[in-house]
Amino acid sequence: MQPHERIATAIRAANDAGRTGLVPFITAGYPDPKRFIETLKSVANNGDVVELGIPFSDPMADGMTIQRSSFVAIENGVTLRWTFEQLDSAVGEIDTPLVMMSYLNPLLAFGYSDLARRARETGVCAFIVPDLPLEESDDLRAALEAEGVGLIQLVTPATPPERLKKLADASRGFLYAVTITGITGGDAGLPDTLASYLDAVTAVSAIPVCAGFGIRSADDVVNVGKHAAGAIVGSALVEVLERGDDPEVFLQGLR
Amino acid sequence: MSVVLSADEASELLKASIAGKLPDARGRFGPYGGRYVPETLVPAFERLEQGIADHLHTDDFQKEFRSELKNWVGRPTALTFAPRLSERWGAEVWLKREDLAHTGAHKINNAIGQALLAKRLGAKRIIAETGAGQHGVASAAACARVGLPCRVYMGAVDIERQAPNVDRMLRLGAEVFPVETGDKTLRAAIDEALREWVTDPEGTYYLIGSAVGAHPYPYLVRELQSVIGQEAREQIIAQAGGLPDAAFACVGGGSNAIGLFYPLLGDAEIELIGVEAGGTGDGLGQNAATLATGTPGVLQGSYSIILQDENGNVRETHSISAGLDYSGVGPEHALLQAIGRVTYVAAGDQAALAALEDLCETEGILTALETAHAYAAASEWAAKNPGKRILIGNSGRGDKDMPTLKQHPIRNKPNAAT
Repeated sequence: MQPHERIATAIRAANDAGRTGLVPFITAGYPDPKRFIETLKSVANNGDVVELGIPFSDPMADGMTIQRSSFVAIENGVTLRWTFEQLDSAVGEIDTPLVMMSYLNPLLAFGYSDLARRARETGVCAFIVPDLPLEESDDLRAALEAEGVGLIQLVTPATPPERLKKLADASRGFLYAVTITGITGGDAGLPDTLASYLDAVTAVSAIPVCAGFGIRSADDVVNVGKHAAGAIVGSALVEVLERGDDPEVFLQGLR
Repeated sequence: MSVVLSADEASELLKASIAGKLPDARGRFGPYGGRYVPETLVPAFERLEQGIADHLHTDDFQKEFRSELKNWVGRPTALTFAPRLSERWGAEVWLKREDLAHTGAHKINNAIGQALLAKRLGAKRIIAETGAGQHGVASAAACARVGLPCRVYMGAVDIERQAPNVDRMLRLGAEVFPVETGDKTLRAAIDEALREWVTDPEGTYYLIGSAVGAHPYPYLVRELQSVIGQEAREQIIAQAGGLPDAAFACVGGGSNAIGLFYPLLGDAEIELIGVEAGGTGDGLGQNAATLATGTPGVLQGSYSIILQDENGNVRETHSISAGLDYSGVGPEHALLQAIGRVTYVAAGDQAALAALEDLCETEGILTALETAHAYAAASEWAAKNPGKRILIGNSGRGDKDMPTLKQHPIRNKPNAAT
């Protein structure tokens, strides 16, 4: 099985067990770099796929919560290279497929071919790059594909239907359906049109659709789960870590 | 990823640039440019690109734009001969007076052009970012002129050091939104404006203030600012009897520089020199000399030269002038440097302050701190190239800099009556 195929397999396994796939997001090395692998394991034990955010100085698609965690992590020396080195130390100990979320520039600085190789070595099965639209993604996609690592595409409520199909076809691992027209960490609630939007996305996708942005509670997960294969929980989990609360308790409450 | 162009590639790109063929269909200036934006904004960028294609070069739009430039902005701006400065420098110095444009800087050319476009595209409101506040003031004025609500994102640090412009924006009816995240200067303001646009990509028009960002902004801003170089070229031929030997403009994001340089690219005999902020020194974070010391990367929507660390995080910058205090630069400047058509140099805080005083003393013009960097580099060039004709893009006036200038004693008072 190629690394990116592990993601769809994990989400489908959750669905087969009667659950919505749960994809928790944490910022790498946040809140405490020394306890990163410990935090990651506790999150991985309670999720079907884990999304790992690489901090970046200009997180233009993120709201205040993830911005704060990103700036703290950078101050604590967290980088893409450091994150891979930490993952090296836990190879074989985390079965949950990992997905890395990074803005493009840290990936460019790292170099695409090294990136793909290191991802495969450390159990990173796919990348989410929020500032890399399909039209600019050929080079990165080719480098990742050479190692069987996927590039996950995002779709949004603003995506026109013909573009939606193109993005769904290009995505590997899962298709990321952004629930709202906005940035991460919104507290305005999920839109009324969510069900029809997610149904339309699911209808064109050959791989599982995971919904993200604004999913904060068990109720949200249930609502999303009726129309998508998985739910991504980011800012709400980062807030739990920010408060110093137990992420396992929070994630178990979502299932 | 590094960018190395062969001599043949550089020569082809220069030809394409002079022929007006750049950016290409993918929004590229050679290797630089492109469109790196969140998926939510992709349809908005496509609409903007289509809107530009439908309107910008039509007679109807150009007639309206030119009329506003003439009757509201006050164009053409003067080309002023600077006899006393010329004598001091041992050169023949001409100043393109964008400080005389309405609201006091070149920024208004772009702001009114984009506001007119936004209106035609059916925008309900306009957002803008600002560093020095000049683009914020220009946007506030242009929005009032076309009748659209305006919100300006401005870093908390810049709000402090450009207080007079904050009051002007408020007086012109705009809302000023303080940005407390990131570096609290221009870069953070752009990030925050982009976040706001992501929440309302259909109704909101993002009126970017410099020749930066994702395609088609660098192109759009260049087209709207090129009036500077078009006028200056005609004026200097008419008034001085020929083209200059060298032209200087300050470069932050690079909108006034591209506006001055673009119409001069084909005049091979003119040496074009862009001047970045050298700040307090060459060290990490001490300057904003992006093209001089940066490396290729993607920041805020385009592939260009940026100031970054080895992990791809964008570095903070320092400059005495808020308008140059930016870690990136427009992608067309990155190309013009790569192909060797424009030389980019840096001038430090102290050199800019000294040049600002030179101009005050000799010509009675208080220029903006941003613009003063161009004078600092030009005076150095003049010392090495005596007797040459020099054109300087006097991009804005310095009234807004009084809070900063008050912290620096006046050097001397040669004009004081005794």
